[in-house]
Amino acid sequence: MRRALARIGHEIVERDRDLSRLAIVGIRARGDALAARLCETIRANEGVEIPLGAIDITLYRDDLTRVGYAPVVRESAIPFSVDDRVLVLVDDVLFTGRTIRAAMDALVDYGRPRAIRLAVLVDRGHRELPIRADFVGKNVPTAIDDDVRVHLVEVDGRDEVELFKAEVPV
Amino acid sequence: MNPQWSRRHVLDTDDWSRAEIETVLDQSRAMVEVLSRPIRRAPALRGRTVILFFAEASTRTRVSFELAAKALSADVTNITATGSSLEKGESLYDTARTLEALGGDVLVMRHASSGAPYFVARRTSAAVINAGDGTHAHPSQGLLDAFTLREALGDLEGKRIAIVGDILHSRVARSDIHTLVPLGARITLSGPPTLVPAAWRCGQPPSGVTYEPDVDRALDGADAAIVLRLQRERQQAGLLPSLREYSRVWGIDVGRMGRMRAGAPVMHPGPMNEGVEIDAAVAHGSRSLIEKQVTNGVAVRMALLYLLAAGSAALLEDRA
Repeated sequence: MRRALARIGHEIVERDRDLSRLAIVGIRARGDALAARLCETIRANEGVEIPLGAIDITLYRDDLTRVGYAPVVRESAIPFSVDDRVLVLVDDVLFTGRTIRAAMDALVDYGRPRAIRLAVLVDRGHRELPIRADFVGKNVPTAIDDDVRVHLVEVDGRDEVELFKAEVPV
Repeated sequence: MNPQWSRRHVLDTDDWSRAEIETVLDQSRAMVEVLSRPIRRAPALRGRTVILFFAEASTRTRVSFELAAKALSADVTNITATGSSLEKGESLYDTARTLEALGGDVLVMRHASSGAPYFVARRTSAAVINAGDGTHAHPSQGLLDAFTLREALGDLEGKRIAIVGDILHSRVARSDIHTLVPLGARITLSGPPTLVPAAWRCGQPPSGVTYEPDVDRALDGADAAIVLRLQRERQQAGLLPSLREYSRVWGIDVGRMGRMRAGAPVMHPGPMNEGVEIDAAVAHGSRSLIEKQVTNGVAVRMALLYLLAAGSAALLEDRA
């Protein structure tokens, strides 16, 4: 995981040489921890402090009428102007793409970024929307009913990616 | 999922757990951030309808709920007492049936009769929010006061809050008590004996509450003060000798503010009678949180609307 994040850090810097207009935004609850690690990686390698933000997408979910209880909304924190910045959105697992759609809708409520790019630790496929990642830690082929869980020290006390295979009916 | 929240209506906070109150306050924090964005609108309640049914005068509460509903992209319809069928003598029962037929998802209602929202809640499938009923309760005000105090003072455990004025007729005082006491605050009430419930004066106040007939002693060392509006019609009812005397004996001025803990804030639910229950220098001074209360009110009401109207009650019933 450390090596994958280091590589993504390098790729982000190579893609946009002008680091002064770059910012990294993590999606709560695990993308924000990964985003902080990416910032730290870039600071260590380039000596540049990249602005860091966190966004909660609950109010932008497209399934709010299809869940029972209202899900918990966490506080977003974008402590910089997004206008004309290149934003790198960070999440742990890319699956259907619906979370990313919601996050993009949330980000444009803060202003008009120059570009939004996407970095994910795991891409497990099965997109339901026309969305792809610019930076991927690892592509993991899965069946649609499998479950991929990323655990991070900051949230779960350990760094680990787990793949739970769906039970195949015999 | 929100494990602490399974309520269908917000009628009063008197039977709420501390966890439920904290859920609303925590969600309100996130809503304050939404309101600070360049585009103050999130799509969470798109396609939902919020009916504002105010059968009693109100500006700030109604506008606050309206802004809250719009900030979550709900459709909003207003019904006021004047200019509606209520003026033509329609009963509350028939109005409730009509509102039901109109198909609102949330019904925010204010009514002069204590208990009216309970009556309506039993007769509608909409989620009902009590926006003030008679002298009974005003839960969203209690929650926004708790939110504002928590932002200013931090954890309310052991904090002492003075509530000064007409306690007897105040639904705000009741809702403040029922919201602040579960969060660990201690309340000192002070006001003219004619405007305090007899049982509360005579040794049987609610848990966590004391009555202090001397306003100066009530304020001594307090961590915050909530000043209540004096309803002028109380003087006509013979409960007060004169407004001038009330102002001299109970009014909060800069001198009295000095009795509280250094920097302790003052709040008022509005609308204020400046120069009666609160001096203008206090109301607009650096320790006044009165404008903050108005701003926070929108966020707290967004949290309530979100908790009641996001998610599907039908799905919950399926699960049960």
